[in-house]
Amino acid sequence: MRTPTEQETRAGAALPELRIELTPTTVVSTALATMDFTPVHHDVEKATAQGSKDIFLNILTTMGLVERYVTDWAGPDALVRGINVRLGVPAYAGDALILGGRVAGREGDEVTVEVRGTVSLGDHVTGTVRLLLPR
Amino acid sequence: MTTTAESGVHQRLADLAERQIAAGEVRGAPAADPVNLPMIRHWAAAMGDANPVYTDEEFAAGSAHGAIVAPPAMIQVWTMAGLDGGDTVGPVAVMLAALDESGFTGVVATNCEQTYHRYLRLGERPVAATRMSGLSGPKTTALGVGYFVTWVVTWYSDDEPVAEMMFRVLKFRPVERNPEPAKHDPYPLAPAVNRDTAFFWEGARQGELRIQKCGDCGEPRHPPGPVCPTCRSLNRTYTLAAGVGEVYSYVVHHNPPVPGREIPFVVAVIALPEGVRIVGNIVECAAEKVGIGMPVRVVYREMDDELILPMWIPRES
Repeated sequence: MRTPTEQETRAGAALPELRIELTPTTVVSTALATMDFTPVHHDVEKATAQGSKDIFLNILTTMGLVERYVTDWAGPDALVRGINVRLGVPAYAGDALILGGRVAGREGDEVTVEVRGTVSLGDHVTGTVRLLLPR
Repeated sequence: MTTTAESGVHQRLADLAERQIAAGEVRGAPAADPVNLPMIRHWAAAMGDANPVYTDEEFAAGSAHGAIVAPPAMIQVWTMAGLDGGDTVGPVAVMLAALDESGFTGVVATNCEQTYHRYLRLGERPVAATRMSGLSGPKTTALGVGYFVTWVVTWYSDDEPVAEMMFRVLKFRPVERNPEPAKHDPYPLAPAVNRDTAFFWEGARQGELRIQKCGDCGEPRHPPGPVCPTCRSLNRTYTLAAGVGEVYSYVVHHNPPVPGREIPFVVAVIALPEGVRIVGNIVECAAEKVGIGMPVRVVYREMDDELILPMWIPRES
């Protein structure tokens, strides 16, 4: 992990894209690591019985992945102040989540990053992350 | 359309929402486990988060935090109910249960907004306090008609608020899927099908208007029969009619009632350009609009699970 340069954190700067393969292991391990035992996140039969295509990511994981995506870029000394997202289509096992972002604004050390996470069905998550960058 | 029953449901939900909002913030039990390294490590590994301030003691000591801290997005994890099941008595739980009972059984989260006042350190034991903040609806959405329920969770460490979350879900009445086509009752006026006429009814099932013709002299004839009235040949075949014609004659049946039919209905003799006349109903046309010479074209109507009848509708001449 590295801290981005001044140039890389200017308004309009793009974050490198991150592709996360959503294997069943990804979906199940993240659901359990976030203490979410709702069957639709680990039980294929129950997920399909309620009309879903497969098991899918839980929201705590979506928040976690968005945070990870932005701090991967911002480095270990950045402080996350807030995450504000709209949730869209489900992220099913077997799909891939592609995260992209850009710096939407910067005021002093506080940076707002716009994030969009898409899966094959469309936008899974869109929103902003507020960070305090190290001086 | 809002029915009286619907507005009654809405009033009940709105009243309940008002009471739940008025109940204010309700504190849950403290986190089952204090903020701890093993849970952080599992979380970071599952997320693929390599940030060393979460797991590397030495690095964290030299960071702005001075010690290991928990990932901010883990805040909700600490107070999850786990396998013991969730909250059923809090203001939001009661609201969601009432929506379930009113048929708004679908649920989808739409917004999640978290604010982190500071990072949590190992050993802290946050408590989540929940207050319902809003109910809006009924709204028509792509998923169905539903209500948006919004609530706010504040996490406290001792009495210090450390994080907040605004969370919104849509509780919707799932749109009913098209049911399996119901088995039709058998149509009571099914035609008698025999070896002479089977080809005609088979044609109707395939959307073809088959007209018998002599296998020797080629003369068309209808209704089907075993012998050519012109050359007396027993050889027969059929031709496909174009499916258009003109009304040659007709009657409007008013009485008596006929099982399986709504009266009045029109029975017509249709003259086909192929040189025969055929009997059939005229549909999609008021009886008084039917007239001799009216141009018509064939349509195929499913009368029950087996039978398809050719019928006739007006066409532009």
